[in-house]
Amino acid sequence: MKYSRWLVIIPYFFLATLPLCWLLLTSLKTQEAAISSTASLIPTTAENLAPGDLSFSVTLDAYRKLATPHTGKAHAFFHYLLNSVIIGLLSTLTSVVLGTGCAYGFSRFRIAGARDWLFFILSTRFLPPLAVVVPVLMMYRVFNLPNTHLGLILLYTAFNLSLAVWLMKGFIDEIPRAYEEAALVDGYSPLQAFYKIILPHSATGMAVTAVFCLISAWNEYGFALALNNAEAVTVPVYFAGLQGNIQGIPWPQIAAGVLIFVVPIAVFTVLVRNHLLRGVTFGTIKQ
Amino acid sequence: MNNPFLKIDNLSKNYGETQALSEISLSLYAEELLVILGPTGAGKTTLLRIIAGLEAADTGRITVNGTDITHQLPAERDVALVFQNFSLYPNKTVRQNLEFPLQAPGRNLSKTDIANRISHTADLLRITPLLHRPATHLSGGEMQRVAIGRAIVRQPQLFLLDEPLTNLDAKLREVLRVELIRLQRNLRTPMIYVTHDRVEALSMGDRIAVLSEGKILQIGSPEEIYQQPNSPTVARQLGYPPINTIDVQKRQNQWFTASNHAIMAADHNVPSNATLGIRGEDISPQGGEISATIEVIEDLGASTILLANWAGQPIQILTSGEQQWRVGDEIYPSIDPDRVLVWRTTDEQG
Repeated sequence: MKYSRWLVIIPYFFLATLPLCWLLLTSLKTQEAAISSTASLIPTTAENLAPGDLSFSVTLDAYRKLATPHTGKAHAFFHYLLNSVIIGLLSTLTSVVLGTGCAYGFSRFRIAGARDWLFFILSTRFLPPLAVVVPVLMMYRVFNLPNTHLGLILLYTAFNLSLAVWLMKGFIDEIPRAYEEAALVDGYSPLQAFYKIILPHSATGMAVTAVFCLISAWNEYGFALALNNAEAVTVPVYFAGLQGNIQGIPWPQIAAGVLIFVVPIAVFTVLVRNHLLRGVTFGTIKQ
Repeated sequence: MNNPFLKIDNLSKNYGETQALSEISLSLYAEELLVILGPTGAGKTTLLRIIAGLEAADTGRITVNGTDITHQLPAERDVALVFQNFSLYPNKTVRQNLEFPLQAPGRNLSKTDIANRISHTADLLRITPLLHRPATHLSGGEMQRVAIGRAIVRQPQLFLLDEPLTNLDAKLREVLRVELIRLQRNLRTPMIYVTHDRVEALSMGDRIAVLSEGKILQIGSPEEIYQQPNSPTVARQLGYPPINTIDVQKRQNQWFTASNHAIMAADHNVPSNATLGIRGEDISPQGGEISATIEVIEDLGASTILLANWAGQPIQILTSGEQQWRVGDEIYPSIDPDRVLVWRTTDEQG
């Protein structure tokens, strides 16, 4: 029994990491080796290998080239990565902050029509986002928002906010009111009770919400493509734009860039892993 | 008496259609321990929460030493509330739980003052060995000690305790009850203690206020409430076994039960329809004229409760444990006439 779970975990691990392994191998190849019709799987330091060999010689060229602009592009990869980081982090931060505040209000105060408001907030997710690309684009033109970081930050925040409110409301509902009331009686104002008691207890919920918001903003493609052709282009749009490049598709560079692109999300998720798994019941309220 | 420390005038509170509190008026004097006794749902907790400022009354006024505090924030009132469910801050250690109220803005205590107060409080409640422990790693009794510590470390001008012992097991409850009485006597801070437990009420209160369905039925010393309850409802709150209440009619200076048994002589100056209240210890199983059959025997060790069917009425008799009784035995209960309580029957008491 103790070992049998590994029978599941190990095959699944290989299956799940296969694409990542393939990316890693490709990122270490030359363009020629990457597009060769026979797959070479074993990295070596040897040079001048015969065509069709299972080995390929390792090069870090693809990573080096990420630092310089590709043919036909205004900036190097890291410029677009920076765009993704700015837009992803700021929209996540805004969603979590606004979502937490809004959820706290719905959770703790009597609001006229609270259920209807919450349903309205949820209903903003009913429509597939791409259905509103055109109206959003027209609206953005009026406010000069296309091609700006602010434009995408606002948009991702708007899309993620409904999720953030609902997730955070669930978490805050779970925090017993008695903790806040104890703080009020202990001499704190309602606002102080919010940031001394509610915020620390919401950390789990905020971490979970942040993961979801960041992943959705990080990977978003449709709007990023429609609203941008220069300044605020994010990594997914940048890579897609390399298709039909005059020099062919630079697979090793794409593989290297994707690996770098995946790492922050993976690291972030691992960092908040304990929060994701930890329950929100605390055990000092005896029911 | 001198001026009350806390005065509540005509306090009412509704939740939608439900009336939680109705025209509550009461006073609390300096150094007094007032017990609010009532069954679940009587409005006891609501009353405490309104005094603490966690909820607002619909109408009424609360004054402390003559100052109107009705609309003050909880933080401004300087009262400490101990919750039934303890409500320690789970992400803090015991020490941090005790520090938290002392660090509140406006208290301006130095680090030394805080440390001194905590060590003093911890000594008092014998929780010093627990100070470094996370609040989640405590037993129920330890949690409640810490919760009480969090209240007294502040040296508030008023303590409010909401059934603080209800969630503890019976043995611990007795130990902490005695400690609480001693603590209140030493600190000399007025305290309002809410409970549904008649033993706590009788043993702890300087005075008892009996609350039922949002109304205060009677306020008085434990002796007054026990000896001269002003209604059957109040009488049922105290005493074990519960008081026997029998609806009677007066004919030819005798009290007749609904089944037409004359159970005892009636004074001439009492109403013709009444409810008699007779405590189990004021009935003896022998010496009467009407027979009864024992249906249930509850052995309490030092004493025995007999549940018998007498004159068409179920009655409970408290006897010394000396004599052996068996279910089905025939007895002749007699009532001590001087100890019988007589209430005029009203529609309300049915």
